[in-house]
Amino acid sequence: MPAKAKLSLDMPPNEPTARVRTTYREALRMALREALQRDERVFLMGEDVARYGGSYAVSKGLFEEFGEERIRDTPLSESAFVGAGIGAAMGGMRPIVEIMTVNFSLLALDQIVNNAATLRHMSGGQISIPLVIRMATGGGRQLAAQHSHSLEGWYAHIPGLRILAPATLEDARGMLWTALEDPDPVIIFEHALLYNLEGELPADAGAVGIDTAAVRRTGNDVTLIAYGGTLGKTMQAAEQLAQTGIGAEVIDLRTLRPLDTGAILASVRKTHRAVVVDEGWKSVGLSAEISARIMEGALYELDAPVARVCSREVPIPYAKHMEEAALPQTADIVVAARGTLHRA
Amino acid sequence: MSLPHDTAIMLLRQMIRIRRFEEQCAEAYSAGKIRGFMHLYIGEEAVAAGVMPALGADDAVVATYREHGQALARGVGAERIMAEMYGKQEGCSRGRGGSMHLFDVATRFYGGNAIVGGGLPIAVGLALADKMRKRNRVTACFFGEGAVAEGEFHESMNLAELWKLPVLFLCENNLYAMGTALWRSESDTDLVAKASSYNMAATSVDGMDVEAVYRAAQEAVATVKRLSIPYFLELKTYRFRAHSMFDPELYRSKAEVEQWKRHCPIASFVESLRGAGELDDDALAALEADVTQEVGRAVAFAEAGTWEPVEDLERDVYTRPVRSVEAAERT
Repeated sequence: MPAKAKLSLDMPPNEPTARVRTTYREALRMALREALQRDERVFLMGEDVARYGGSYAVSKGLFEEFGEERIRDTPLSESAFVGAGIGAAMGGMRPIVEIMTVNFSLLALDQIVNNAATLRHMSGGQISIPLVIRMATGGGRQLAAQHSHSLEGWYAHIPGLRILAPATLEDARGMLWTALEDPDPVIIFEHALLYNLEGELPADAGAVGIDTAAVRRTGNDVTLIAYGGTLGKTMQAAEQLAQTGIGAEVIDLRTLRPLDTGAILASVRKTHRAVVVDEGWKSVGLSAEISARIMEGALYELDAPVARVCSREVPIPYAKHMEEAALPQTADIVVAARGTLHRA
Repeated sequence: MSLPHDTAIMLLRQMIRIRRFEEQCAEAYSAGKIRGFMHLYIGEEAVAAGVMPALGADDAVVATYREHGQALARGVGAERIMAEMYGKQEGCSRGRGGSMHLFDVATRFYGGNAIVGGGLPIAVGLALADKMRKRNRVTACFFGEGAVAEGEFHESMNLAELWKLPVLFLCENNLYAMGTALWRSESDTDLVAKASSYNMAATSVDGMDVEAVYRAAQEAVATVKRLSIPYFLELKTYRFRAHSMFDPELYRSKAEVEQWKRHCPIASFVESLRGAGELDDDALAALEADVTQEVGRAVAFAEAGTWEPVEDLERDVYTRPVRSVEAAERT
């Protein structure tokens, strides 16, 4: 596991390191800055990433630091600049393409699905596309249906892509470099509500692996499976469950393709119950896939049907109370988890 | 005719190679040796043959699904192209691509792209990489006039000019996007005007005249490399065959096709060379014999090719392998 090896290089395990207070946004920026410093082939392009500083202020200051050659504002041409990222990667660069949000990535689907994902296989293995695409995802900010999609599950459907969903400061800080070192296209989904997430990081935090899920909390009674923007709500739910004597194990998927099925099954074999939390819709979605894998791999270990907490099957509405009702909430996760234990 | 003798004969040879190779493809298709969609270039040979000599080995080519001619002219081996179309693992894309997806990184031939307009952003990116790495190269991007209606055309033209990227946009205007005539799909059929609207250097050439194409391409590539700017070249051409092997050609008259065949790029160039005393019957016969042998070798190579083992199906989806779903479930 080369990524793990790199991790140990960056973070010697036995030396206590200073911790710094930071945010998810700043952790992403630190990762961008480090990548730009370490590898001259790395550049960032996207809408408003340079002079505006990024629509979520992730790249703020990088234009001043690295200049317009490497921090490139693009026209509002998602297909062209994502395709240009593919071509530049084929030409030996290590592009980071920022698509402002997943909603706009639909304008680049041709390039992502028909080109980035296929060219290696279709060319008989002649081409690698070391491209990283970052985009914000998710709802919860009263932005209504066209700015609130959670379509990462769609992308996770596509062979040839790797799909990451950093939910913690460590992953916001560490996934980018590993993704850049990967020879294939990697899409990083950043839930827009996470940008202001505050916490501590080791001062020398660095690259992390991107092949495995993480157990964020251990427990023996029920497995809660989440990722990205719903991890926080899921951790809160686990806390509430603990107060009523239910030990919930929380798995942070981290990588949505390829899924770490082994980690999911190992936990389910221990707890015998599973709740999948996904801000995407239930129908034909990521939660359905995870549920199916549990059925295929651990059906006889289950003491209850797999439960799912997902967005309601509506376009995400604007009004606050309606949006809250549409998205998965902590209380919904608690109810679902208790349901698997036959407790109301 | 004012080309040097060797250049003229080289251009003729390339056109005849493409013509005879594709005639063989059509035969192999009828015999069931080649399947899937196959789009013949017959009638348009002067474009690929005339453009390709302007490119150096370091330059890149991005083409469409009608790309047998470009691949041959670029130097991808006829054997490996034919084997690809037969679906054999000795093919230039291991049999994963077929007629529409010829790839050869060794000659910087980047497809074989079958989504109309989808190759343009990639060409822009290849040129961006060259510009950022300060390599004086050009990326030649072939596409049909049908692509002009796609957003990706306009996005790519704008971005290439905005960033002054060394892309040579080669618009093969054969008048029909599958079965839809240009005038039925464009409010303005002046393609040079569209390119010029992005402030791009743009011109048009008779794509049935290989000498004119050759000269226009030399000028275009020289301009791109000298000034590090994009360039749009329209090549007015016509395909003599159907769009694909499934096209009954209901959208154009036989008379129109016959009219264009009178401007066959090969026949007219042969006539011109004869008139200039550059070609006699013996030389033409010898050239044809060479090409027949080459096509014969390609067929033999394809016939002798082998099928990729099914166990290799998931190979090369990723460069860095992932654990399969099945393996994960066994853990």
